[in-house]
Amino acid sequence: MGTLSETILGAQAGSFSDKRIDKAFCHDGTGVQAKVIYDEMGAPGIANPKACYVIYDHIAPANTSQTADLHRELREFAIRSGMHFSDVGGGICHQYMAEGRVLPGEVVIGADSHSCTLGAFGAFATGVGASDMAGIWVSGETWLRVPESVAIHISGSLVKGVEYKDLALAYVTELGMDGATYQALEFLGDSVSSIPMEGRLTLSNMAVEAGAKTGLWYADTVTREYLARFGQSCTDQEVKPEATYSKEIHIGLDDIEPMLAVPHRVDTVKPVSALAGTRLDQVFIGTCTNGRYEDLSRAAAILDGKQVAVRTIVTPASRADYLKAEKSGVMGTLVEAGCVICPPGCGPCLGAHMGVLGEGEVGLSTANRNFKNRMGVGASYYLSSPSTAAASALTGEIADPREVV
Amino acid sequence: MTLLAGTGPAVCIGEDIDTDLVIAGRYLRTKDRSVWAEHAFEDLDPTLAPRLRGCVLVAGKNMGCGSSREQAVMALREAGVLAVIAPSFARIFYRNCINVGLPVLECHDLVCKDAEMITYDCTTGTVNAGGRSYTCGPLSSRMQEILSAGGLVEYWKGRLSR
Ligand code: SF4
Repeated sequence: MGTLSETILGAQAGSFSDKRIDKAFCHDGTGVQAKVIYDEMGAPGIANPKACYVIYDHIAPANTSQTADLHRELREFAIRSGMHFSDVGGGICHQYMAEGRVLPGEVVIGADSHSCTLGAFGAFATGVGASDMAGIWVSGETWLRVPESVAIHISGSLVKGVEYKDLALAYVTELGMDGATYQALEFLGDSVSSIPMEGRLTLSNMAVEAGAKTGLWYADTVTREYLARFGQSCTDQEVKPEATYSKEIHIGLDDIEPMLAVPHRVDTVKPVSALAGTRLDQVFIGTCTNGRYEDLSRAAAILDGKQVAVRTIVTPASRADYLKAEKSGVMGTLVEAGCVICPPGCGPCLGAHMGVLGEGEVGLSTANRNFKNRMGVGASYYLSSPSTAAASALTGEIADPREVV
Repeated sequence: MTLLAGTGPAVCIGEDIDTDLVIAGRYLRTKDRSVWAEHAFEDLDPTLAPRLRGCVLVAGKNMGCGSSREQAVMALREAGVLAVIAPSFARIFYRNCINVGLPVLECHDLVCKDAEMITYDCTTGTVNAGGRSYTCGPLSSRMQEILSAGGLVEYWKGRLSR
């Protein structure tokens, strides 16, 4: 009884517990489905609408009138029921929730697999499907199995040109695509206090790529200072000495180099240097993994005053990230370098619109998964950090960012 | 209602089958479940979909990883899959199976042979195939309740009308 999951859920690993949900969110994809199921359940209303969020990001703005019709139905329902509603352009659900809407110690459920992202705040945040979301709308609760935990001990500091995304790819490879199935990750070690919130969000985001339920950080000064920007306050969470872990891995940041997940598995990773020179048809910088202001800003620093050699799509994770990049001049730099800017949201990540790859094309993306056909039927794509993506955009070939930073 | 026990011929699929492979993203923009059933596993093996009715689907480890799309399990149920058996599941896929009333069993040593008859029982957590019996991971009583009601919709309908 000592891991953060056990503390938040108030029960021993392995047991089942019915929990009241502090925050529940879905997007235009899972929300449409959840509403169909909710209607079938025949409930008199939403149990706790103030805890529920509907956030448009997946195919937003709508690509066809069929999508627009589905959007309209869910939009009307969300507003009528008194749920929080974020329309097209507000941002990706995980980033939108990360902007002061999730606090340490909360139980947060999202109808999207990357809901583990919000574990960065020391909240028990995990993903479910549409039926579970409908069940939460009906009851305000859900059942959870309290997970065992895997400790990831981080030491040292990153070398210039290397990012937390490279660390994320490294730990997913070390654990494997199912190395932490049913379990929670806890990020621990000497270096955690120096890892900024944007890095934590990237690292928690990829927890599900190792099968994990969530990726947890103990709330500390970084959490407090970040949340204070959104007018929120919180207290620190203590690591308990009695916590036990099913597995512990140790990663030294100094040893990490720029990495690429190669098609079509997230856990098959190679150093960028081994693939340098691979020809690319498209570079995509964005997503809930790496579409934050800091990501765009690192890419802009590399592209500043230069021209991209291949089509490069930039999609900010949220309106707030977009605005910050706009005001700081980052957006201007990216546009001048020849990038095309898409509205905040998932963009081409799920292969629906705004940058889908063609058959036989090769892409480089800062996203979190590169499953076959996901970003375009018959295409293949690599996953990397924004720095690697920007360095590669300059030559149109996979390139090592350490040579340009 | 879902039957928690049954028998059917095995259809074997591989390891780490992600939900994009179960139902591709390009078919998600509809509420018509028959579309998902028709295109199930299209990118993995287009000959699979017609063989799913009445089968017991046996997958390798980490079945259903990737996106949380519930359409993946709906596709399987709609296509007539009786139950899904694998050594391990991605957890959202596992939850989704229970929520749509598709029996799901975690069984470690089962060696799948296409078309071999498989008998399963979720109440006892056992699977029989090729004259051998296997013990599976248990389902909690809440899961069994939801499953036997036929999924979360029926479960809540039942509770709300009480
Ligand atoms: S950006 Fe990609 S991975 Fe993130 S929520 Fe959107 S579709 Fe999913």
